[in-house]
Amino acid sequence: MESFIHIIILSMLVTTAVAIVRVKDLFAVTMLAGIYGLLSASFFVLMDAHDVAFTEAAVGAGISTILILTTLSMTGRFEKAAENPKSNYKPALALALVTVTGALLIYGTQDMPAFGAADAPVQTHVVPRYLNDSATEIDIPNVVASVLASYRGYDTFGEVVVIFTAGIGVLALIMSTASKAPVALRASMEEHVVLRIVSKMLIPLIMIFGLYVQFHGEYGPGGGFQAGVIFASAFFLYAMLFGLTAARKVVNNTWIQALAALGVLLYGSVGVLAMINGGNFLDYNFLAQDDVHGQHMGILFVELGVGITVASVMIIIFFTFSTRKQRDGEPD
Amino acid sequence: MIVHLSVLQVIIPLMAAPACLLLRKRELVWAFATLATFLTFAVSVLLLSQVMQSGAISYEMGGWEAPWGIEYRIDMLNAPLLVLISGISAIALLAARTSIENEIPENRHSFFYIAWLLCMAGLLGITATGDAFNVFVFLEISSLATYTLIALGKDRRALWASFQYLVAGTIGATFILIGIGLMYVMTGTLNMADLAQRLPEVENTKTVFTAFAFFIVGVCMKLALFPLHLWLPNAYAFAPSIVTTFLAATATKVAVYVMIRFIFDVFGFEFSFTHFPLQEILMTLGIAGIFVASIVAIYQDNLKRMLAYSSVAQIGYLILGISFASQTGIMATLLHMLNHGLMKGALFLSMAAVVYRLGVANLSQMHGIASRMPLTMAAFLIGGLSLIGVPLTVGFISKWYLVSAALENGWWPVAAAILLGSLLSVIYIWRVIEVAYFKSVTESTPDVKEAPFSILIPLWILVLANLYFGIDTSLTVSVTQMAAADLFGGLR
Amino acid sequence: MEFLGLFNYWVVVILMMIGFYIVICSNNLIKKLIGLTIFQTSVFIMYISMGKIEGGTAPILAEGVTLYSNPLTHVLILTAIVVGIATTALGLAIVVRIKESYGTVEEDEIHAKDKKA
Repeated sequence: MESFIHIIILSMLVTTAVAIVRVKDLFAVTMLAGIYGLLSASFFVLMDAHDVAFTEAAVGAGISTILILTTLSMTGRFEKAAENPKSNYKPALALALVTVTGALLIYGTQDMPAFGAADAPVQTHVVPRYLNDSATEIDIPNVVASVLASYRGYDTFGEVVVIFTAGIGVLALIMSTASKAPVALRASMEEHVVLRIVSKMLIPLIMIFGLYVQFHGEYGPGGGFQAGVIFASAFFLYAMLFGLTAARKVVNNTWIQALAALGVLLYGSVGVLAMINGGNFLDYNFLAQDDVHGQHMGILFVELGVGITVASVMIIIFFTFSTRKQRDGEPD
Repeated sequence: MIVHLSVLQVIIPLMAAPACLLLRKRELVWAFATLATFLTFAVSVLLLSQVMQSGAISYEMGGWEAPWGIEYRIDMLNAPLLVLISGISAIALLAARTSIENEIPENRHSFFYIAWLLCMAGLLGITATGDAFNVFVFLEISSLATYTLIALGKDRRALWASFQYLVAGTIGATFILIGIGLMYVMTGTLNMADLAQRLPEVENTKTVFTAFAFFIVGVCMKLALFPLHLWLPNAYAFAPSIVTTFLAATATKVAVYVMIRFIFDVFGFEFSFTHFPLQEILMTLGIAGIFVASIVAIYQDNLKRMLAYSSVAQIGYLILGISFASQTGIMATLLHMLNHGLMKGALFLSMAAVVYRLGVANLSQMHGIASRMPLTMAAFLIGGLSLIGVPLTVGFISKWYLVSAALENGWWPVAAAILLGSLLSVIYIWRVIEVAYFKSVTESTPDVKEAPFSILIPLWILVLANLYFGIDTSLTVSVTQMAAADLFGGLR
Repeated sequence: MEFLGLFNYWVVVILMMIGFYIVICSNNLIKKLIGLTIFQTSVFIMYISMGKIEGGTAPILAEGVTLYSNPLTHVLILTAIVVGIATTALGLAIVVRIKESYGTVEEDEIHAKDKKA
């Protein structure tokens, strides 16, 4: 049964991707891309990757869809067919290049260990330590969280910085100057009374769920990144229904930027604190008297840092895009 | 703190960046960013001296030993590169405050410096790490920051160049990710030293071949090896001048370093050169790159663009050095990496000075400019001589070793090609010298003053470095010689 | 399961090819970015498939379970997904600016305008 669902989902992924190639209406393409994200998330669930599925659903079907739609409203909905006949060589060239790449990869997969094999190197080297010893070394049930926040915590620090960098990039490129006070920006869905009331009830729940995901990540799927995205989405909803001006009253520009920075600094400071206490960077064992307690504290704080930065940067990005949209065409 | 040096040089800029966002005031941000960068530079110099005294340094992140945790590994191969990156960044930042006045709107300046710090931290992280996946993470930090920095250019074409680079760079990075994934599936590890130990067991599998191919092609995309260089000329031409100075001197070098590290250390010399026609491929592309890019450079009016094509040609030399597959060859490449950083830094910084006064760096508007900006053009002249490879400059030293490596292999035509390539660079540098020095000032020449000292001083520091390391080669030559010996004495 | 193993990687390759094709061929910049996402996601699927162990469960320690799928690939892909969305966001910001200064987001029209200039 499981392999049946497996095949269905993968086939649907291919179908969606093919549809994306052929459709010229970018609104439809965006929706299909969202479906693509959701399908791959479902596939990740089948592959036992619950954390990844959670994230892919939030990102692939959520954030990126919203961002693309906002951009589309500024750039136009339809893709134009290339008018220039000279560019017709492109599909053939692309097809050749893509086929070569694909063939190479097919060639490469031939000697790969069989799918699902328990004796494959990926299952027998490095990983057993995480599965067998993390219970005593770190003592939290979700091994993904252990590896993410502790064994490979430095990668995750890099990941937070990547998000921070994207926020800086978006601000540097499309932040509208604060001095030009906007005309009251109206929300596109302001008249929908039902939506407004329902969401008023929903927003607090979304936030509580965000907090749950943040602090429950050690026991089940979740953690700072997913929590940050969920928390930010509450603000998106508020902005869409009550207007950007209203939302901006809640979220002050300076403060939200400071928060984004503080999240990264919090993560880094945990690492530096470990150094001051005599350990290596990010060695949580040095944070408290006994190792396991130190690991718990370290993971709690770095995940909090991730959550704060991710939520703030997502809000910054969304607000920056939406503000730009409402002041369409304004040069810098 | 001495034991933490290897991680400090990455986390100083990494944490200075968000701290800058809290400072907000652009003057303050500049001062803080420059301070942090000089601190980083000091750390990397200490690190180099430490490596020279007591050999390679390994640092375990989070106290988890490799391969379970992430390891930083500093040896003779990457320590000098760390010094180059942080050094050029520090010198360029000194000039940045003035240089970006006319090129970037004032309210963007703080973000500019933050992106700069992130870019530098990313490059340092790629260079210092001993973990294959960590390379990808820091590669993306530096790439995202680079796209931002390029897109901040004044001309609208900067946006288009940045977008093209974003697409090309992401494809390259994803290829690298595929390569890492295939290595991982065969070995179960991500640590480079561990990979080096475990890859030989499976080296005759199709999967490892494919991993190698994807990884190397991805890196070539990043290092703009001909013919994958198409994103580079416009990106360098339209980015803010000071950004080009920094990137041209460091970014492609880091990609070349990653290539060397994986070819020689991770996959191993045997695998790379016996299972693959790597030697032939790299030599062909290297020589083709030298000639095509140099010839295109001759026809450019925009001097930033001309120097960008020259960079593509210089990458050809670097790759050629690798293709010799000999100790002298790899040493020449390493030496040229450092030396080219110095010369391109000086050349692009002199163009930043020209752009600061003229608004553009078009040759057609520079008739007799040397009489108006003598110090700037003198710097360009010396940088140009260094690029050509005239004795007493760093360029001569690296060309010398390149040619001797070619002769060592008995590759006469290749040695001739290197000299012919130098001749081409004489032509494009001479064009500029002729217009700037020997044409009389015409009406189209803008009435400008010499560039301000805030740009001239950093510029001349770089120029003097070109001369100093061209005369006293003991440091650079001995360091690169040791690194090359390590690569061949090797991990196995 | 033998067939399924091959099938997984075939799909990865097909998705990768489709994504790559969109990136190269599409004239519209936003569609290019969507192509990049498909391209990247195919690699995510590859990694996650590599880590799956037959009969295993999600790597959350529980009593009575002995077989877990590989948590390391999950961690790597979590990072990669974040990198992906960061790239998309930045790419879209550049597209917005391109639209404002060129008046179009179609590749050939941008080329035409650059040539004229």
